[in-house]
Amino acid sequence: MGGSWLRYSLIGLLVVAAILAPVGQGNYFTYVLTSWLIFSIAAMGLNLTLGYAGQISLAQASFMAIGAYTTALLTLAGWHWMLAMPVGLFLCFVVGLALGYPALRVKGHFLAFVTLAFNTLVFLVLRNEGWLTGGNYGLIGMPRPDFGLFSTMRQINFYYFTLAVTAVAALVMWGIVRSPWGRAFKALRENPIRAESLGVDTRRITLLAFAIGSAYGGLAGALVTPLVQFIEPGSFGLVHSLRILLMVVVGGAGFFFGPFVGAAVVILLPEFLRFTEGYYLIIYSALVIVMLAFVPNGLLGVGALLRDRLRPARQRADMVEGARLK
Amino acid sequence: MTPPVLSVRNISKRFGAITAVRDVSFDVHRSEILGLIGPNGSGKSTLFNCILGQLRPDGGHVEVNGRDVSGMRASQLNRLGVGRTFQQLSVFPKMSVLDNIILAGQEHHGTMASRLFGPPDAGLTEEADRLIGFFRLTHLRDTLAGSLSYGQQKLVDAAMAFMAGPGLVLLDEPAGGVNLTMLADLKDRLTTYNAEHGTTFVVIEHNMEFVMSLCTRIIVLAEGAVIAEGTPEEIRANQTVIDAYLGG
Repeated sequence: MGGSWLRYSLIGLLVVAAILAPVGQGNYFTYVLTSWLIFSIAAMGLNLTLGYAGQISLAQASFMAIGAYTTALLTLAGWHWMLAMPVGLFLCFVVGLALGYPALRVKGHFLAFVTLAFNTLVFLVLRNEGWLTGGNYGLIGMPRPDFGLFSTMRQINFYYFTLAVTAVAALVMWGIVRSPWGRAFKALRENPIRAESLGVDTRRITLLAFAIGSAYGGLAGALVTPLVQFIEPGSFGLVHSLRILLMVVVGGAGFFFGPFVGAAVVILLPEFLRFTEGYYLIIYSALVIVMLAFVPNGLLGVGALLRDRLRPARQRADMVEGARLK
Repeated sequence: MTPPVLSVRNISKRFGAITAVRDVSFDVHRSEILGLIGPNGSGKSTLFNCILGQLRPDGGHVEVNGRDVSGMRASQLNRLGVGRTFQQLSVFPKMSVLDNIILAGQEHHGTMASRLFGPPDAGLTEEADRLIGFFRLTHLRDTLAGSLSYGQQKLVDAAMAFMAGPGLVLLDEPAGGVNLTMLADLKDRLTTYNAEHGTTFVVIEHNMEFVMSLCTRIIVLAEGAVIAEGTPEEIRANQTVIDAYLGG
């Protein structure tokens, strides 16, 4: 009861902080905060695929690309963002489902290479199919969504719009991971053979983990389009997939709030270190190395670690029984 | 006439030049507790894996309640009412005992959609609590399964096999590494469950005292083939079994 109260209070405080954060700030800071929210959504998707279901993917940026380009092409053709975005999501869900098939045959680093190859493939298609994607020049001038009384043209308005989308995406994810599907995802990660023997269709669950995770990547991409109003293939290369992976790992894979913390470290921390001028990226890289060396379970894993250390050690029941037998 | 709960017909399995299981056939009837014993490497676990769809046999077939289940995946077999435990510990360590047990039953309730939009526990908490109580694990209900002792994890593992109310349960070395107190508990729970529900068991076990007191019939395997079959008393007195496995 006490734990739940503390948890809900913390969540409430974070929501208030997220609402107040851009107030009185300049456009650039608000833009960075919006980027943090968008990458949190992408990382939330990868957290489901990797953190909950245990399937490695180095292709999350390519799903951002599919979502971003689909939304861009449709909004440039006159569609409203609210209609274009679901098309991008659906496309990512279907492509993610297809990308899940190799995961039924290969695991671990082999699967990582399959997804890496997919990311490269998407990048090459975006660069070479200029008739559709604009090639290296990309697409420009996508409109921001307008809701009549609420236009997102102002940076702060777009931030609040993104915050609302993030909140809905987080609530949906919360529902998924708390449902029996979430339990099946975790079972797939911890012991797929045992899960299968208990009736869990591990093939279907693997495919769903990829498809849902990819759809979240697509949603993030659909938000990048109106944020930047310019997209090109380089924004969705392999390095960005690695950054999203870093967010999941640093925040804590398999922790619900891990992606938010991880995205904050990867997106916001470098900005806070800018006062060190030329050294900020060096300091940032060193901090990430130290973090991963000492807290391999991610920053939210520290909480669990401290809880285990501070909790009085319990005597193992079998040892008690052993003592009784003497 | 009711068909056997499990019918194994001429199952063979080779790994390269080695024949792990050689033309094994037997039937198991409702409420029976069949023991499968034999020295290490005699093919017991391979036979289990062939029966349960985790290995594809090179020859023969398996029927459950008269239905040919050869080539079926383990999850399909489970939905037909076949439960199992593994030789190694097979709980989900980062889930609570309650979540382990609920997981073992959730795929038998509702549809994919109801499992997404329905209650987080799939409406199974009460049933899971009953089973947790039956296996005397109530005080550990909310503990992470990975932090339990070996014997307690074995009990959770066994409880998971029963959550879906199976008609047939295959137990692979349930007594392995379990201390005497827990072993008595486990045997008591298995016999009670068998008596109350009429569930059929097939048990692989090396602990002779456990297997002889639990099972109603025993099959002995050596080098992948059946060398003897009978009641515990008959097996204990069988010279071939004594020579191949039990010793003087």
